[in-house]
Amino acid sequence: MSELRVFIADDEAPARDRLKALLADIAAELPTRVVGEARNGIEVMEAFPASGAQVLLLDVAMPGMSGLEAARHLARLPAAPAVVFVTAHDEHAVEAFELNALDYLMKPVRASRLAAALRKASSAGAPGLERLERAGKAGREYFSVAERSRIVLVPVNEVIYLKAELKYVTLRTRAGEHVVEEPLVALEREFAERFVRIHRNCLVARAAIRGFERSGGTTEEPSWSVVLDGLEARLPVSRRMWPVVKELVAERRE
Amino acid sequence: MIRQNVQPDALPDFRNLGVIARIVIGAHLLALGAVVYAEPAWSAMLEHYVRSAVLLEPVLLGSLVVLYFGSDSLARMPYWTGCVAVLALVVALAALAHAYFEPGAAASTPRALALAAIVTIVLLGYLRLNVRAYSPALAEARLQALQARIRPHFLFNSLNAVLSLMRRDPQRAERTLEDLADLFRELMAEGTRFVRLADEISLLERYAAIEQLRLGDRMRIAWELDEAPSDALVPPMVLQPLLENAVHHGVEPATQTSDIMVRIGRRGDRVQARIENPFHANAPAQKGNRMALENIRERLRLFFDAEATLVSKVEDGRYRVDIEIPYRSGGVGAENARGAPG
Repeated sequence: MSELRVFIADDEAPARDRLKALLADIAAELPTRVVGEARNGIEVMEAFPASGAQVLLLDVAMPGMSGLEAARHLARLPAAPAVVFVTAHDEHAVEAFELNALDYLMKPVRASRLAAALRKASSAGAPGLERLERAGKAGREYFSVAERSRIVLVPVNEVIYLKAELKYVTLRTRAGEHVVEEPLVALEREFAERFVRIHRNCLVARAAIRGFERSGGTTEEPSWSVVLDGLEARLPVSRRMWPVVKELVAERRE
Repeated sequence: MIRQNVQPDALPDFRNLGVIARIVIGAHLLALGAVVYAEPAWSAMLEHYVRSAVLLEPVLLGSLVVLYFGSDSLARMPYWTGCVAVLALVVALAALAHAYFEPGAAASTPRALALAAIVTIVLLGYLRLNVRAYSPALAEARLQALQARIRPHFLFNSLNAVLSLMRRDPQRAERTLEDLADLFRELMAEGTRFVRLADEISLLERYAAIEQLRLGDRMRIAWELDEAPSDALVPPMVLQPLLENAVHHGVEPATQTSDIMVRIGRRGDRVQARIENPFHANAPAQKGNRMALENIRERLRLFFDAEATLVSKVEDGRYRVDIEIPYRSGGVGAENARGAPG
């Protein structure tokens, strides 16, 4: 039997050490090799794609990016890993894992459970993106674009607007543009608090709306555009969405 | 290990002015209620009430006088015996009064006695509730309920860290388990007595040592304790939850090294403590932090009433909690909590 390539992500060094010690203990029945380690979610994103790991032991509570969010981004990789979540005490997370049939271990981890979880995860393969999305109720803090061997992260709070174009959605930040393959409707639902729909194909960050500008139309039925913070471009507000968007502006003035 | 928090019932102190006032007002209200119920005509009510007062007042006054002087012996009786004694006394006085003031109305005697008994029982019941509501036992129970609870997350992560040390550094593993034991001993104590500041500080240091093991170079704590009055008496487990908050909200969400500052000192007759950590605006669970602070504030209030303050604020990207309590020096014996009002 060939070695199982394992990646360990935990923000606490003793916890990583402990997992490595346990992996060594079970090596006789389940040979493994640790091909990478990370101390937070961002490091996972940076180091995982090139590590060639098959299984990821992923701490749930990590700084920078939670384990659940990290797993969601990794699931978009062409070679998505099997994931075993590790948690010390998080009833909500455990409930979500149970509901969505995700593998998890409780800290302190036992060798026998670790072996069983690794075996199960490596035979079952990567958890589907859908299950991960259902388990992670909290919205993501990053959008991700998976390339062959790397994941590009775009912080959600840097995105000024999202525009749907055929199969893709373009994210516009101050610095540039990124393309993600997610339906605009799903993004609207996930980030309802942050973005507002101004047009059939466009969501705008509420915080980035500086004002509105009349952009023609007849006097009875003028049409409006959004003026953005930090971007020259004007975005047209559709007639259908204008009443909703107008409300929002009124709310802000109060 | 559930401690049944049932205070043995006790009769009130019948010499206490508040108790006497409650009895007088209660008895009159009950009499008034009975009259309003029995007399359909408003105009006749006053007359009816005055007539009933002729019976009520002597019985009431007589009972109060006897109870005033008999308070000591009543207090020595078991609660229920005492109640029966009070009841018997009132009924006997009522019988006497009835026979004396309304000599021709023997037919209504049972009714008058029953009324007297009912009023007595209702008042005894009310006083029992009253005694319970203001008992120091309740203040103690409230303190216990407010006693800081450590995050389960911390316990399991610490155990995990100790396990990782077992093979590599058994001595440090031992020390860490000892620290954990001390911490939990304090957590499981009743939390109703003052402790010496020096002990509280050493507990803080034990807690910090465990967190340091877990977090390594992600956490740096600056201790400014030179001016801490080690003999001061402080409520237990007030500082530890604050430091735990600082770690949870200031260090754990950060990927880089975070600095915490702990400063304890004395200014005049005040003991001041400040705990500071980096503030992360977008870190979740600010609600948990608020609850912990409210908990500590409530405990300070139970210990010091209005003499203690707790202020938290965000300044220059740092989250800061300041506590001030009156300085009371204490030798060996620790005092009890001040207890509830009354």
